[in-house]
Order: sequence, then C-alpha cells, then structure tokens
Amino acid sequence: MKIKTPSDLEKLRDQGQCMLSPQKPRVSVGMATCGLAAGAGAVFDALRQAADNLRLDLTLVSAGCIGCCQEEPLVDVRMPGFGRVLYARMTPEGADRLIRSLASGELPHENALAYIPEEGSDTPKSAEVLSGLVPINALPFYAKQHKVILRNSGLIDPQSIEEYAARGGYKSLLLALLQLSPHEIIDEITRSGLRGRGGGGFPTGKKWEVCSRAAGTARFIICNADEGDPGAYMDRTVLESDPYAVIEGMTIGGYAIGASQGYVYVRNEYPLAIDRINHAIERSTECGLLGEDILGTDFTFSIQVIRGAGAFVCGEETALIASLEGGLGEPRPRPPYPAVSGLWGKPTLINNVKTWASVAAIIRKGPEWYAGIGTKGNAGTAVFSLVGKVANTGLVEIPLGLTLEEMIQGIGGGGLAGKRVKAVQTGGPSGGCIPADLFHLPIDYASLTQAGSIMGSGGMVVMDEDTCMVDVARYFLRFTMEESCGKCTPCREGARYMYAILTRIIEGEATPEDLVLLEEIAMWVKEASLCGLGQTAPNPVLSTLRYFRDEYDAHVREKRCPAGVCRALIKLTINAERCTGCGLCLRECPVGAIRGKKKAPHIIDPDLCTHCRTCYDICPEKAVEIVR
Amino acid sequence: MPLIAQPDHPPAGAVLARLHQIHSAKGYLPEADIRAAADDLAIPLSRLYSAAAFYSAFSFQPKGRYTIQVCLGTACYIRGGDRLLEKIETLLGVKAGETTPDGMFTVETVHCLGSCSMSPVIRVGEETYGRLKVNLVGRLFKKYRPGEPGQKGVEEQGT
Repeated sequence: MKIKTPSDLEKLRDQGQCMLSPQKPRVSVGMATCGLAAGAGAVFDALRQAADNLRLDLTLVSAGCIGCCQEEPLVDVRMPGFGRVLYARMTPEGADRLIRSLASGELPHENALAYIPEEGSDTPKSAEVLSGLVPINALPFYAKQHKVILRNSGLIDPQSIEEYAARGGYKSLLLALLQLSPHEIIDEITRSGLRGRGGGGFPTGKKWEVCSRAAGTARFIICNADEGDPGAYMDRTVLESDPYAVIEGMTIGGYAIGASQGYVYVRNEYPLAIDRINHAIERSTECGLLGEDILGTDFTFSIQVIRGAGAFVCGEETALIASLEGGLGEPRPRPPYPAVSGLWGKPTLINNVKTWASVAAIIRKGPEWYAGIGTKGNAGTAVFSLVGKVANTGLVEIPLGLTLEEMIQGIGGGGLAGKRVKAVQTGGPSGGCIPADLFHLPIDYASLTQAGSIMGSGGMVVMDEDTCMVDVARYFLRFTMEESCGKCTPCREGARYMYAILTRIIEGEATPEDLVLLEEIAMWVKEASLCGLGQTAPNPVLSTLRYFRDEYDAHVREKRCPAGVCRALIKLTINAERCTGCGLCLRECPVGAIRGKKKAPHIIDPDLCTHCRTCYDICPEKAVEIVR
Repeated sequence: MPLIAQPDHPPAGAVLARLHQIHSAKGYLPEADIRAAADDLAIPLSRLYSAAAFYSAFSFQPKGRYTIQVCLGTACYIRGGDRLLEKIETLLGVKAGETTPDGMFTVETVHCLGSCSMSPVIRVGEETYGRLKVNLVGRLFKKYRPGEPGQKGVEEQGT
C-alpha cells in the first residue's frame, strides 16, 4: 500500500496498533546483537517450539534492545487483561515454563524483573496479577532515564513499519512535507538546541542552515553509522532497534536542505544493523515513504546503505566521504566543511545516527519541548553505553546535565562485586579518564571537556581498583597507532613513540625522563595532527597523567603496578589455606605452570608463570593472590 | 576499458560494495577478481588495489572456514579479552592473523564488536558469544569441528 494522504498513514497506524496490542499474548524477545550474544536466539526458538507444541496462539516478536543488557536475554510479555511483564536472564528451559504458564492463563513471576505500566490496563485483574512486582520505571536503572532517541527501542518489531507508525512514526514527515517550509524545519531544529550527537557537539541547526545555503544544486545527506569507538554501541542499537526513526530523520533533512539522495555508512562489524536498515529502506520505499513523490508531494528521496570495511578513521567525516567516493578513507583538512563541499565536492549534510533519530521527535513535539530537556546549552538527551566494571551494564538515555555520580552509582549501581570504582572513560580513544572524585560533574559537552575528556559519541567505560590506568592509556595508544591512517606525521609517528614509552613504563624499564618526553610528544601530536583522530589521540595519556600520576610514578620509580595488572611488575601465588585443589587452574594455565595433587593445595612455578592472571580470574575460591 | 563512455567516477560506495561482494563470495580477494573489478568500475587497478589494501576487512590470502574475531574493545579488554585471545591462540596453535593448518579457523582481533555489555565477547563466523571465561572457550570450539560425536555443526544451528 502506498501512503499518499494523512488518512493512509492513519490506516497504517491502526494496523500497527493492532499488532502492538493484539487480543492474544504478545511475547517479544530483545534480539539486538547483545541479546543474541547472551543467548536470545535459543530462547526465541524455545518459545516458538513450546507455543507450537501447546498450540498456543500468540504473537512472537524479535524486538530490538530493551536497554538493561546486564539482564539479557530479556523477554517482554503482554497478556491482554493481565498486564505486561519483563522477564530477565531467560533460558530455553525458562522459556518453556513461561509458555506453559501463559497457556494455562497465568502471567508468572518467575524471572520477572518488573512490570511495564500500560495505559488503560490498570484493571482489578491486572492489579492482582502484578502485585508484588515493581513498575519498570521504579528500577534504579530506568528511574532517571528519559527516552527520546530510544523511544521505540525494544518496544516495537524493528522490521515493522506499521508498529513504527503506531508509535507516532512518520507523523513528523507528514507535518514537514505538508505544513512546513524547508526554512521552518531548519529553524525548528535550530531552536531545539540539538547538537551533534556523534560527539562533536556542533549545533545541528546551524550545520543544516549552512548546507542549505551553500552554492550548487546537487546535495547529499549522510548518516554516519561508522561507530568505531571501542566500548560504544549506541548507533548499532538504534539501527537494529528502530531503523525507521533514522530514515524518517534523514528524509526530513533531505527535504529541509533540498537533497534527493542519502547514504547510511555502517560499520563493517555490524551485520545485523545493516540487514535491519536495508529492510526498513525497502519497506519505506514500498509504502511510498521513500522514492518518488513521497506522501503525494513532488519530493523525491532515496537512501542507500554502504558497508564500511574496518577503518576507524572513516568515522571522521571527510575520511568517510573519501571512502564513499571509492578512494582511501583518509581525512583532509577542513575547511571547507562537508556542509559546503562534501561528497563529489557538493554540499553534504552529515550527521550521526542519534542526531538523525532525534529529528522526528523534535519536529513532532516541537523545539520548545526538546529545549526544555537537559540544561542550558546542552538541550535534550544523549545515549550512553554504560559498560566495563559496573554492576548494571546497558544502554542508557539521559537528559544532559545528570551527574556522573547519578549515572555510575545510581543507574549503574556502582562497582562490580563491591569493588571501588576508580574512574570512568568517556569518548573512546579521543576521550580521557575522569577520576571518581570528579563524579559530581554534570554530563555535558563543556564539563567533560574541561575535565580533560570529551562527551564523545557515548561510550562510558567504568574502571575499578583492578584496572591499571597506565595500561589503559597504552591500550588506547595501541588502538590509535593501529588505526592511524598514516597520512600525517604527528599522528603516525607520535602515536608510535608514545606507545613505545608506555610499553617501557609497563615493563618497568622507564626512567623519570621518559615521563617528561611522553608529555611533550603528547602535546605535539595534539597540536599538529591533521584530523580529530590525531588531535585527540593523546587525551587518554594526558588525562591519566593528570589524575593518576601516582600510578605512573609507582611504575617508573618503584617498579610496581598498584592495580596488579602489568605482568612484568607482579607475581602470582596460591594461598594454601584457601586452595581446595579443585584443579581448575592447573587445567587452564596456558603455560602449564601450576602443579599439585587433587584436593591438595596447588603451587605456581615462578619460572614458568607468565603472570597472565588466568588462574586469578577463574579460581572459584579466590585463592590466587597477586603480589604487587 | 569499456567502449561505452563511463561517468568520471563510479557511483558512491560502488568500490566498497564490489570489494565486499568478491570477499564474501571467495573468502578473500583473488588477483584475477580485482583486475576484473577495476575494469568494470573503470578505475585504475592501482587505485582499486590501494583501496583494498587500506581496509582491514579485506584479505589477499584465503581465510579459514570460520573467522574467530576476538574483541579487544575497551570493555572487553579490561574484563580479560586479551587473556581470551591468548587462550585461543594456545588452543588452536596459531597467532592472531593466522589460519589453522586444517583451514578451519582464522583468528583475528577486532577493536569492538559493539556488544560491550556482554564483555568479553568473541564472534565465530556469524555467531556472537558473550560473558566468556577462558575455561569456557575450549568447549565452545568443539561444536565447530566437524565429526566430533554429539556436536552440531554451525550450519544446523541457524541464527
């Protein structure tokens, strides 16, 4: 069916509404990549199998990311008249029991994490069924979240355009095309205060304005989905969970600047995201929401997906464009900015996935609504992947201005197994490590930059007392060294030299002069590199030197690694009183350095031990000790 | 070169798409296919070759039946991804970048698979495995070796 009029869209929406609230159980499984990594595929199969066996009529949906990845695999069950419950850490066996309960007219509490309040479902029956469960927004993980970009994530079938429409999708495009002029759209984006969510934080409306005024007729739209920061998966999740939101945003952008062709450049490592966005483009085209004469107007817009090929630097906009053009993905100096001279030298509007996903929400609810979220100069929400050594890992969307403390201790629930959180790393290889005594800082562009890090695209990796900050700095330098495209010397050579010095420090062979040299090279690389990759590459080194100087000093002067990580500076022993002689470490030691009789304390041969800490990690009795 | 006039450049993304197409069909980029692709795209061979060599996703050597990608993203690294890699290298007797002599596995490291909440993570072929520990890896690989009794091949599993 081609959607040509508002009433056509209304019909699509009604169809979607029926799919979202059917008169039978609707069971949806979080099946974005992280869910799949936790075993959601097997849970989905078990649900299907059990329902088939019992001939239970239900709607089984493969949904996107529900957010609290820590609790994956997650299953969301809506039973008409009963209510809606989110189940956590599901197993195939648990799935089988769940279906049996549903078939006998029960909404069980086994594995239930919370219930999901729905409008009009507060019946006496549902009060009885749900009693004893907490509403999802009362969980500390969800309490302070505000979902704009992730508004549909996990709630709809990401393949279904009907369900997207039922959640208000395509209303904004309709409004934009039928009631707003391109100029008015740009004005609304400007007034919303939206800033680039890829991490740069450039005012989005201003970028659109510049691009729309640039000379020339042909223009292009690009969605930057080359999410390369390690420890970050927001863009992947948005594409996997709500691809139509990105398409609608890009289409509105195309209309606003007068482009008829858009590209989504997706990172090679994200096959599922590529499948889902491709499918959504196909469906949108079938429905007349992409292609020629969109919504019965004379506006034409198409989108093509381009698969990257494993080069981090292509996340930089000029390198991405060079890659699209078929050359090496190398950056070039700016200006001219792509908004003026981008793909094939034409004005090109390039924004991050999350920026595009915010657009439709802003047009529908109005710029004042968006500007009212967050703080002054930092309007709206941002998505973070809260990962590393934190109790609750997952994808979190917050209004800007929340403090790091609220994020890490509140939403994240603090450290792992009672360990002390030491720092948080934001912004990937371009960012820095912020120490725990600065966790009172609000999460916004200026505060994080002032603290020596950056907001970045949303990676937030928590580190605890067992993380060595020198090792972390070297980890990032290795990353930069491997990903530097090699075009400019400061980045190519500087990263190599910094890496070599950090290696000497970690191996206990550095002198105090090395620290001075390290800092000096870092400053040069920052000042003299061509693109953002090189200019920000020293940040992990500079921020750890600034806040964790004592750890550097311990490595350099005392030849000691306080966190017990750096192999050359530690030794491992087994505490004979704790060791039960279970033999696990003996079997798993990669170099055969552990000896001992069954059920008797084991010992580590110091001549063979490489200090890899495998035994330390796996010992069920915590009998392996690190001598620092 | 084709006789019909070509635009002065191939369409956006065409070079990458063609390289991906060859790579997924053949498992690597054979010389003959690169030459043919350069002709079709009407670009100099040197330009196509340099693009292919720039990206880490493309290999000029045949790969194993399954590529094992060990994630060394930040979250995986601080939760022991490097030790998983060592274990895998020991188990299979090859280093990262190499292929087992029986042609079954190629071991690679990647900078992030975007499944950070499940760290540490590895991907074998199309399947992603999270929350791994060194002592679980051995068992995991058994199901990919054909002919092992009681173990399913990956083809039967689907995703």
